[in-house]
Amino acid sequence: MTALTSQAPASRQPISFALLAQVILIANSFIMLYPVVVMVLSAFKTTGEIFEHPFALPDFTQVGNFAKVLGETAMPTYFVNSILVTGTSIVLILVLGTMAGYAVARYESRTNTFILLFFLAGLMLPLKLAVIPLFILLRDLGLLDSRWSLIVTYTAIGLPSAVFIMAGFLRSLPSELEDAARIDGASEPRIMWSVMLPLARPPMAIAAIQNAVPIWNDFFFPLVFIQTDARKTLPQGLTTFMGEYTTDWGMLFAGLTIAAAPITLLYIALSRQFIQGMTAGAVK
Amino acid sequence: MPVSPKQARTLKHRSWVAFLVIPSIVFMSLFVVYPILSAFAYAFYDWQGLARGEFVGLKNFREVLFGATMAPVVWNAFLHNVYALIALMIVQNGGGFFLAWLLYKEPFGFRFHRVAVFVPVVLSTIIVGFLWKLFLNPNFGVINQALYSLGLDALAKPWLGDSSTALGALILANAWHFVGFPTLVYLAGMQRIPPEIIEAARLDGTSEWQLLKNIVWPLVAPSTTILFTLLFIGAFNWFEIPYVMVGLDGSPFGTTDVLGLVFYRTAFGNQSASIQNFGLGSALATLLFLFIVVFASMLTLWLRRREIQF
Repeated sequence: MTALTSQAPASRQPISFALLAQVILIANSFIMLYPVVVMVLSAFKTTGEIFEHPFALPDFTQVGNFAKVLGETAMPTYFVNSILVTGTSIVLILVLGTMAGYAVARYESRTNTFILLFFLAGLMLPLKLAVIPLFILLRDLGLLDSRWSLIVTYTAIGLPSAVFIMAGFLRSLPSELEDAARIDGASEPRIMWSVMLPLARPPMAIAAIQNAVPIWNDFFFPLVFIQTDARKTLPQGLTTFMGEYTTDWGMLFAGLTIAAAPITLLYIALSRQFIQGMTAGAVK
Repeated sequence: MPVSPKQARTLKHRSWVAFLVIPSIVFMSLFVVYPILSAFAYAFYDWQGLARGEFVGLKNFREVLFGATMAPVVWNAFLHNVYALIALMIVQNGGGFFLAWLLYKEPFGFRFHRVAVFVPVVLSTIIVGFLWKLFLNPNFGVINQALYSLGLDALAKPWLGDSSTALGALILANAWHFVGFPTLVYLAGMQRIPPEIIEAARLDGTSEWQLLKNIVWPLVAPSTTILFTLLFIGAFNWFEIPYVMVGLDGSPFGTTDVLGLVFYRTAFGNQSASIQNFGLGSALATLLFLFIVVFASMLTLWLRRREIQF
């Protein structure tokens, strides 16, 4: 096909165009990846080596920076906090979002439109701007400066999109499935749990990834809610860490590399799911 | 009073549906609806630290928009948000559109390029901000090091310390971070165009530029709608990149100050001077919120109409 079009006299898409496209794409991928590569390479260097030979390959056996970051700083604590906060938020989002999405999708009700509008509003409104009342509310609930302050905030932000993803999928399932189970005398909870939900794993994965990446990476809410160092998440802890070791660039790059590693590796392994999940709101 | 089996069933059914929906409704009401409604109310009060004082009407709003100390800062920051929005529309969304078109043709290695362009998107903005801050360091950053090694010493600058380049550097760091998002959203949009349309145009001898302008661009209008709306909301909520790279004060000399930084300083104070004013902060948040809601809806409606026209 391509050969045919490029031979056609009317076609104005010469080989040089394809070459230009290739050059642009390679240059772009280089710009996207090279900073990450320099970050990783610098993490294996001493500060002096970084300043003198910024682009040289390091001695990869020199892992002193990593040992220091993991052994002498609070980075492992930040890491555990990030996992706890992200994990709990995602579980809450999936459980509550699936329940509400199921009700909206599978049961006729006059209140459905109202419920959907309610969640749609939550999807559009940037909660960041309501951070002052949220701050006071969390203080009154005694949650300020705890991991729960972040978990409830992230769950509230993530719920609407999860409801829409789950409802959209569950609505597409044929009603013969549940009717058959209903004739067999299965209860409604049983139909949901054993018949419908086993089919709903793909949208759950999308809802999970769509929310997990921004939650894992969020910096704004920890900055406002968390003061105690032992409860900081990775992005927030990173600012503390970067402030402490300002002159030790080897340490700084090692810290950044350690913070970036989990999500980057996960992305490389599951790039299709990541891309699908993270663009789910914008691609219909 | 005994209930009939049918009543029992509907009652049971209703409580089952309520059990499914009510936890989410309560959660959203408490942590989204209530804070947003309170944010409006708070703006009408005087605040002493965390304690709410007396009702002051529109005083806080007047101070934010016209006050001698606050208004110049707010309008200066607003202007930078507008610059960022325009620049990112061109660099980030426009660049994403062209990259998507190159990927759409599935040239050699397109799978690799598609994964590569999205790598920075998954990274935390904090990591991206710090990484570029180190790269842009005047003495030891790789950008200036590269310029020195190429003999272009004259071009080396303290990028983030120079009033003329600092905001541009933040915008480019942001574009590096997020360009993969519009690229892949546009790519998905292009892949939904029926291939016959593009083939027919090619066989008719349509030039590449005409094809892009008259066929592809109109047909990916739904993607444009959502990407421009998201960018609009994002540009006026801009906070993390400036916070990490230039600090809370939008240095040098406020040339990188944006509304997100002004809001944070006003509401939660500065490291140097920890004055916090929830009243002014809430007024600023309310105005920003209304601005975003009104203009984002108008933008969406206008872009939607445009979708139908084509």
